[in-house]
Parts: sequence; structure tokens; C-alpha cells
Amino acid sequence: MMASSDSALKEYQHPLMQQYWTRLDTGFPQVGEIFEEAMAEALLVIDRPDLDAYLDAASLIGKLGRGVEPMLVFIEEWPSVVDAVGKEALTPVLDCVKAMQKSPNGKAITPFLQTLAAVSRRLQSAAQLQHYLDITLDLMRRTSGSIHGHHTTFPSPGLPFFFEQAPRVLDLLAVGGMRNWVEYGIRNYNHHPERQEEYFALKLADSRAVLQRERRGTLFADVERQLDLYLRAVWQDGDQLVPYSTAFDELRKPIPYYDKLGLRIPDVFEDAGQISGIDRYRAVLAHMVGHRRWGTAQIADNWSPFQRMAVEFFEDCRIETLLCREYPGLRRIFLALHPKPVEGACNPETTSCLRHRLAMLSRALIDPDHGYGDADLNHFVGRFHALLEAGSSNTTEIANLALSYVAKTRRQSDQLATVYFDDTVIEYRDDNRHMWKFIEDSDDEEFFDEPDKKLAKESEVIGLPPRHYPEWDYNTKTYRPDWASVYEALHPSGNPADIDKLLLKHAALAKQLKRLLDLLKPQDKVRIRYQEEGSELDLDVALRALIDFKGGATPDPRINMSHRTDGRNIAVMLLVDQSQSLHQKVGAGETAQSILELSQEAVSLLAWAIDRLGDPLAIAGFHSNTRHEVRYQHIKGFSERWDDTVKARVAAMDAGYSTRMGAALRHAGHYLAARKADKRILLVLTDGEPADIDVTDPEHLRADTKKAVEELDTKGITTFCLSLDPKADEYVREIFGNRFRVLDRIERLPEQLPMLYLALTK
Amino acid sequence: MDKTQYLVKQEPFYQAQGKEVALYEAAYAAKLPVMVKGPTGCGKSRFVEYMAWKLQKPLITVACNEDMTASDLVGRYLLEANGTRWLDGPLTTAARIGAICYLDEIVEARQDTTVVIHPLTDHRRVLPLDKKGELLDAHPDFQLVISYNPGYQSLMKDLKQSTKQRFTAFDFDYPAPDLETSILAKETGLPEGTAAKLVKIAQVGRNLKGHGLDEGISTRLLVYAATLIKRGVDAQDACRMALVRPITDDPDIRATLDHAIDTTFI
Repeated sequence: MMASSDSALKEYQHPLMQQYWTRLDTGFPQVGEIFEEAMAEALLVIDRPDLDAYLDAASLIGKLGRGVEPMLVFIEEWPSVVDAVGKEALTPVLDCVKAMQKSPNGKAITPFLQTLAAVSRRLQSAAQLQHYLDITLDLMRRTSGSIHGHHTTFPSPGLPFFFEQAPRVLDLLAVGGMRNWVEYGIRNYNHHPERQEEYFALKLADSRAVLQRERRGTLFADVERQLDLYLRAVWQDGDQLVPYSTAFDELRKPIPYYDKLGLRIPDVFEDAGQISGIDRYRAVLAHMVGHRRWGTAQIADNWSPFQRMAVEFFEDCRIETLLCREYPGLRRIFLALHPKPVEGACNPETTSCLRHRLAMLSRALIDPDHGYGDADLNHFVGRFHALLEAGSSNTTEIANLALSYVAKTRRQSDQLATVYFDDTVIEYRDDNRHMWKFIEDSDDEEFFDEPDKKLAKESEVIGLPPRHYPEWDYNTKTYRPDWASVYEALHPSGNPADIDKLLLKHAALAKQLKRLLDLLKPQDKVRIRYQEEGSELDLDVALRALIDFKGGATPDPRINMSHRTDGRNIAVMLLVDQSQSLHQKVGAGETAQSILELSQEAVSLLAWAIDRLGDPLAIAGFHSNTRHEVRYQHIKGFSERWDDTVKARVAAMDAGYSTRMGAALRHAGHYLAARKADKRILLVLTDGEPADIDVTDPEHLRADTKKAVEELDTKGITTFCLSLDPKADEYVREIFGNRFRVLDRIERLPEQLPMLYLALTK
Repeated sequence: MDKTQYLVKQEPFYQAQGKEVALYEAAYAAKLPVMVKGPTGCGKSRFVEYMAWKLQKPLITVACNEDMTASDLVGRYLLEANGTRWLDGPLTTAARIGAICYLDEIVEARQDTTVVIHPLTDHRRVLPLDKKGELLDAHPDFQLVISYNPGYQSLMKDLKQSTKQRFTAFDFDYPAPDLETSILAKETGLPEGTAAKLVKIAQVGRNLKGHGLDEGISTRLLVYAATLIKRGVDAQDACRMALVRPITDDPDIRATLDHAIDTTFI
């Protein structure tokens, strides 16, 4: 209280300032230190009548009992907020602060106020800011914890981190996108405080993936095929397109480039004025293609950095001139993307104008209506066009022109440390690394592609890299991007003789099957109608012909039909659930067998039967240990015969872990989709519902599996499930529709699986 | 039989791409059967028409299809109120009057249909009309020409070796850009500059063959586009209507071709 009374007595010479200070009514000495300065700034943007409200708000925040910090921040930041979104924002912001104060989230007030100005600058309107505040309050309410459901007692773990990242997120996303991003975080990490913190601090891969998905502009992932087509069709050039991320590099914005690994382009382009994102991509690609087509690398060692820069500018313009000759419409895109530096905007006495000069020149070289008056500039524009008039010229000629330009226009001030940057960055041009050959390694060379020997040793690959599949979230009706990692491996081998023994045991069944198979072999009679000569009379046509004849018209003589047998064209994939529950025993006493053994028998018989039929069959097993490890084990490929290698793998089938079915279905489906067959069937053999240890909501994986089945359906793959779970009726219809069979007497599985297949394909 | 109805009355415009005119004349003089291969709309039918005009021989064209039977080619008995009457099919007519019989898109017909042409296409040059009990000796002027497009048909639709090996063949393709430009300009009267732009767009489309397009943009479509432009349609609209929309439903390909149009015509 002592300090309070001291500073409260602080004297100001100006009566108004004294009045403001009194109104602020605070005892914090730290506030006094910055008060005068802050007020001077505030007076610039806040009108006198609104000043009182500002001071009252500051005073209120000072009295929340959260220390001096929130008040200091508010006094300093508020004028910028008003500048960006207007004074009307004060009430909702104060409401928000009060709501936080009432909840256990009082500690988040300071971070909230700290980034408020930065957020406002990005939102630019009070209405948008209101949306942001709504998101904030929603996040706060839903992530604050409670015990026994009565009062919220734990602060939201993610909230402070959210405030910290908010400006950055809003750099990339619109408010709507931000809402989705927050929503995803709340839904998936509500019960895991540490993860929630990481999510909102943008440290989780998920968080970045969702951020990427929600970005505004044209995403590379969405237009990749179009860009491939563009390169191929328009430029007869095809190369790997490699996107680089633009979201997380703040200091050094990466620029496009190409090397022997492919064309590197940003992962997203926002529309730039009139020019759509896809056109910006096209401009970048066209420019790079131009370099590849018309450029040759130059030896850089003897040239200064300035000279090289000039050469690059001239060469870029030559490339673009040639591109526009091919497709005149490109000029519109290039000109719209190329900055138009204002003549004389840079003062050569005080700053280095090199970039400005070159950007102006660059503009003038590709824009016939540049309107610049500079004599040197116009002289070189003339020489440039004279060079290109005859043909496409070449890099060496252009380099010579650039060198003489440098010699002519060089100024002492180019060496100055302050460089004029405004309007000099041409975003669609690549970094021109391909233009230079270095005879000696110099300091400014960067070896991007040089393999790091230490790294190469560590990253020796064992097995295939994982494939990531999305997972359907039925709550939000969205996919969680790249959620499940599927590791595919060859199934270990056992003793093939075991399988032969099993088959011998079922010799009687095999005989019965064989009879059925022989019946099945000639299938699919197809009727060929309108035959003049055929095996049967086609009554419909014959009657029509007779009517024609009686009516005096010429009858159609093609009144017969014949039959043709069609080849069988079916591809089958058998997906076997190998989860822990397969160890359960069925039956009692001596004859008791585990489900696993029965599955082995069934799989063997089916494979044998299908092999006799000649349909291509693949077999794979799967189990999962959380979403990070879905194992997909290859047992038989489509082109492998039913021989000892495959039998050995079946013999070694084992069970463990859980059943994340959706990811396995998607992975199996991607193999099956590549088969060229009239009918593609995915048979799933499972003993329980989809489940995994990292999922608490049983509905979630069911919904995901159902979605996976629907996805396969759209790809023309029929999924059929044979369930060994007697209680399966509850969920199996929901997932597989009508395409399922529940086997109550599991002992009969070896007989039922081949029968089922035969029935399905008859 | 009125032979003159099958004559080509006016000279069709045909721009030779190579030596095909002279070669065809030689083949005709020796009465060798001819096969014309090439993508759709590259000028196969126009070439045959032109040669018929040049040689002043009647031309009988049959567009083949899946439901076509041997009697559709050879002929059949028609039922009439007081009995039956034999009607020659187009192939028989051509063999009788000494015309060039042109079977367009022969692979569309079923293979058992196409074997009826075998006796006409080797040294025998006869056509047995088994239903009528007649063995028709072909007129000395008769020649058989077939065309097919090896590009888009399925594996099931190919000519039998025994059919293929009865023909001499011309392989047609879209003309080189300069030639195609002059063809367009002559056929439609469009200025060369505009015609060259159309050809450029066609090149873009042809680069996509096999990458989502079964066939490139054909010369025939270019002629359509040029005709539309000639009638005062805006060039970009004409291109979209005649060159892009007919050949693809794929939005990505459409966007790419549209972009090519927008950057070519400004």
C-alpha cells in the first residue's frame, strides 16, 4: 500500500495529464514510468471523449489482482488495436477479459492482451475481431477442466499457447480456418493436457497438418496433377514437382528453385490481386522451364556479386520475353506479378539503390509501357530488344550486355549498408542457382544436395517406410490427415509342411470343393442377340419381324440369338485379422483349436481353391498397436502361386495386438485398385469389431471402418466381411451394409470360407 | 446400276503430307488392297475421297459397326409379298460395278464379319455369294480400302493377322505444325496467323495423349474451331467449344487446355 500511495501522488505539469493520471487511479509505480509516453501515443489515435473509457478499462484491468503486467500490456497495446479495428472493440474485449477472470484462466489474460494488437492488425475489422473473441471463449470454456462436473477448476492448458501463436496462425489462415484448427485441437486433445499444449503451440505434427489443410489460397496438393499436365502439355517438360513449406519459415522466405531432384515450388500460393494461385504456380513453372530450355550455365568465378545479380536480371527477362513469344498471354500474368518500382523512390545519396535500379530495368525489359524516363535504362532496353530481335540470343550474349550495364550505371552508393528493398522482390522467379558454375569452391556456395555422410549412415532403412492414411472422425465429419501409419512387411516364414498336413486333414472337404470348382469353371453365359444364324430363336425380335412382314415392310432377318461364354475376371484380396483375440480356443477337450489355427486352415483351403480356379488372389494379415503402428503383413501377392513359399508364410501366422481395420482396408484397397479386373473383391476375415488401445470411443473406429468401406466402394471394390464374432450383429451391418456373414460355429470356418467365396463369385 | 451416283463430284481439298498420293496410285494400278491407319480426324477418309476423285472411280463407303453382319456387306434376300428378291450389299455392288469400296473403322465390325472380304483381297479377287449360289468375279476397277484407328480401341478390337496381311498400308498422323496451319488456312480461309495459334493449342492437347486423353485434338476439330471463328465467334469461345469440351470431362485437363487457350489468344 505504501508504493500505491506514493505513485498515486505523482505530479504532472500538464493539468490534463494530471487529470488522466487521477482517472487511471493506480498504485503501480511501473505504470507511472511509461504513462506519459503511452498517453502521447494514445492521443494520436484515440479521441478525447473516448480516452476516459480507455483509462477506466486500464484501471479495471489493473485491479483484477493479476499484478501490474496485464495493465501495462493493455496501456501499451490498446492504441494499436484501436488503430487497426476501431474503438468499438473495447467492450467485447473487456467482456472477454472478465470472462477469463471469472474462470480459472486468469493467467491467460496477459498473453491474450499481448498478442491482441498483432491479431487486430491481421483481422482489420471489429466484426472479425469479434469472431476471434468467440473462438477464444469457446476454446476456454471447452478445455477448462472440472472435477465431478460441477465447477470448472483447472485452467485450459492450451489457451496461453493459443494466444501466443494466434498472430502466426492468422497470418496463414482466415478466421474460419482458425476456427476449424481450434476445433480439431479441442476434439482430439481435450483429455491430454500436455498434448493440448503442444497442439496449440504448433509443435505437434497434427497441428501443422491441420493448419496446412486449412490454409487459404491454392494448395499444391490440390493442383499437383494440373501442374503436371501443364508442364507436359504446354511445355513438353516433365519433372518431379517438390513442394517446400512456406508456413514455418518466417525470417528467410524460401524461393523457388530447381536442381537435379526436381522443381521446387511453394506448397501454397494465395491469389495475388487479379492473378489466381494456379496462375502463379504456372508462372513459376514457366519461368523455370524457360531457363531449362534456353539457358546455359556461366562460370561465375570472375564476376562480382553485383555483376552476377545484373546478369541474372537480364537473363530472367530474356527468358520471359521468349516465353511470351510462345504464349503471349503469359505477359499479362508476368506483368501483374512483377512489381512496378516507382522511378525516383530511392535516394542514391543515402541508400544503396542497386536492387531498385535493377527491378526497374527488369520491369522495363518485359513491359513495353513501362514509362520510365531514365536515359541509361532506355538505352539498355533498346539494346536488349535489338539482341532478341534476331532470335532467342543466348546467356553469354545477355551476360555481356549485363556487364556493360553494370559498368555504365555503377554508383559508389551501391556499397552502402542500407539497401532499398521496396518493390524489388519478384516472387515468381527462381533463385537462379542453375545459372552458375564455380570452378573453385567459394564461400557463398551452398551445397544443398551434398549428402551429409553422418546422416546417411544413421538413416539406413530397415523395411519399407510407413504409408500414412487419414482416419475419419465422425464427430466433425472430417478426415484426420495422415493419422494412421501403416508399416508393410513380408510375413515371416514357417514350415510349409504344416500346411500340407492341414490340407490333408481336410481332404474330404477338398474333394467336395473340387466338384464345385469344376462346375464353376465355365461361367457367365452372355447372350448375343440380333444374329441371322444362331442357336435359338429370339422371340421378341422374331415377333417384331413377323409384324413388319405382315404389315408389308421389310422384316429384320436377324431373329436368332447365340451364346458366348465369358472369361472369368475377378481379383480377390483376403485380409486376415491377426489380433490378440485369435488365440482364443474353440471347442473343448482334445479337439479344442484356437481361432488362429482355424483361420490358417480356412486361408489355406481358400487359397488352394482359388488357385485351382485361376483367379488372382492376394493374402495379407494385419494388426495394430496404436495409430502409429499398424502392421500390414504380406502373405501372398497376386502374381505368386500357391506354393511352398506362400504356405510357409501361412504356417507362421501369429496373433497379437489390436484391430485398426480402417487403415488396413485402405492399404489393401490401394493394391486391389491397381488390378485390372471386372470385379474386385476384398474379403475381410475378422473375429471382432475394430478397436485399438489408443481409442476410447468404440464408435470412432467403427465409423472410420465404415468410411473406408465406402471409399473402397467408390473405387469399384466390393468389400465382404466374414465375422467370427457371435455378437457381431450389433455393428457389422452398420459397417459393411449387407455384405457380411457372421459365422456362429467357428469350427466350420475352414469349410465356410471357400464356400462363401464360391457363392460370392458364382 | 447407276455408276455415276457413286462418283465424287467435286474435288475435295487434300494436302499431301508426303508421297501418299503417288503411292496410292501405284497400289491402285496394281489393284492391291489398301489399309489406312491413323488417329481420328487426321484425314483418312478425306484422303480416300480425294483419291477416288483423282482416279475418277466410284466410291462406296461403309461405316462399320458392331452389329454389322456378313450379309450387311454381301447382300441378302428380301421377303416380298410374292416371294423373295436378292439385294446386293455394298461390297457386292462395288465388286460388280468396279468401285473403290471403303470400309471405314473396320475393327468396329466383328471378326467373323470381316473374313468375308478375304477372297476379294488376294489373287482370286472373287466374292462367293453362297446364299445366292453365285461366284462373283470382281470388276477389274474394283479395289478394297479399309481404315482403322490403332490408338483408342481396346485390346479385344484388333484385326486378325490373316486380315492384316492382305493389305498394303499407309500410316497417317496429324500433319506437322506448318503443314497443318496451311491446311487449316486453305480449308477454312482463316488467316495463317490465327490458324497457327489453333495448331499450337492442338499441340498442347496432343502432348497429353496417354495422360488422361485417349486421343489428341484432331485436325477435324481444328477445322470446326476455325469455321466458328470465321463466322465471327470469339476465338477463345470457339476453341473451348470445338477443341476442349468435346474431348474431355476431366476438370484438370480442361483447366490446362483453357489456360493454353487464354495465353495463346489475347
